[in-house]
Amino acid sequence: MQVPAQVEYEKATSVEHAVTLLARYGPAARVLAGGHSLIPMMKLRLAQPEVLIDINGITDLCYINLTGTHLRIGTLTCHAQLLDSQIAGEHFAILHDAERVIADPVVRNWGTVGGSLCQADPSEDLSAAFAAMKGTMVIRGPDGSREVSAREFHTGPYETVVGPSELLTEISLPIRPGGGSGYQKVSRRAGDWPVGAAGAAVWLTGDVIADAGIGLTAVGANHFAAAEAEEYLRGKKAIEETLARAGEIAAENCRPVADQRGPADYKRHLARELTTRALRLAVARARGQAA
Amino acid sequence: MKVTVTVNGREYVRDVEPRLLLIHLLRDELGLTGSHWGCDTSNCGACVVWLDETPVKSCTVLAVMADGRRVTTVEGLGSGDSLDPVQRGFAECHGLQCGFCTPGMMLTARWLLDHNPDPSAAEVREAISGQICRCTGYENIVKAVLWAAKNGGQG
Repeated sequence: MQVPAQVEYEKATSVEHAVTLLARYGPAARVLAGGHSLIPMMKLRLAQPEVLIDINGITDLCYINLTGTHLRIGTLTCHAQLLDSQIAGEHFAILHDAERVIADPVVRNWGTVGGSLCQADPSEDLSAAFAAMKGTMVIRGPDGSREVSAREFHTGPYETVVGPSELLTEISLPIRPGGGSGYQKVSRRAGDWPVGAAGAAVWLTGDVIADAGIGLTAVGANHFAAAEAEEYLRGKKAIEETLARAGEIAAENCRPVADQRGPADYKRHLARELTTRALRLAVARARGQAA
Repeated sequence: MKVTVTVNGREYVRDVEPRLLLIHLLRDELGLTGSHWGCDTSNCGACVVWLDETPVKSCTVLAVMADGRRVTTVEGLGSGDSLDPVQRGFAECHGLQCGFCTPGMMLTARWLLDHNPDPSAAEVREAISGQICRCTGYENIVKAVLWAAKNGGQG
């Protein structure tokens, strides 16, 4: 029988209240959103918070909207809501690709976007998707909000820049012309974590890749990104050889480790192949040639 | 901590430890043993109940998180002579063998049909993809849900 250790519980009624509670309890507290990462960790004693700050009542953090040139996602948005969001899919098909293969429909009803990011599992899918889209994370603390690039958000496995008295409140994704995106994942069975996965976003000017974003997960990529492959793509023509070469560069620069999901060389193979496939899909979508 | 939960239309007030899982509140405190406690790791789906309007794996929700909310378990789906079409479908199509996964399967099926009254077999499989039948009786579970869609859908 797996049950969490004894813990105190506080219900936050607003973002300000949550931050006040977090500041009061410090590192002894953990934010409880969907709980679908935290509660299993607590059962295994991998997490042993003394206090849980339940933010499920803060409905202000549950939104997906378009303001100006950005898509803004409140961090209490659950996976199912992101998957159902027409505006999210319209501007960032990668989000729907990724959400379709995150856990299962029942878990997606309760697991949240913010919870997934803050859990910072090195095999987490949205971390790679947001890295590809070059998103910005908005973090609220006692002294107000600050913004951090998705590329600087994770500081290591299960670690982020969010401080003990801070709360991740929003992910903001810039919408730029000529954009297309896609996500490709290989997992052992339905609903499982990836053996390897890649997300790609491209912004085309005619046939040329003006900018590219590549996110990788489960393969030991720095900050969930393939910066060297992005650099290579910038200014190149969006043709098959270029996309294939970018896949090779991405694979050369990640550091997968063998585990129960697969050997390192297979994961490196996936990093290459899935990067190329995700780029191919992103380019086709940017050209309006794929749904 | 005091929680008020409305389960299958009936209000319960209980004093619980914050660490108590919803599945244990239902089974041990309220005596509603229709929801099964399976893998404990949110993989198997035997413990699926509805929290307000959506299915959730109740081994991964604290009872305090259900405070002020409505819970629907298999006991609330139907019983005796007034079975939900999903329950009748499982009976008609031999949708259960040992029965352990059945309550969770039926609650997810009910939710699917409420949102998609005429699903394809593939859509049924996707909906129950987070639930495990260790008898491996998936074919008949899918048939049972499709039967329910044809014979009374909304329940």
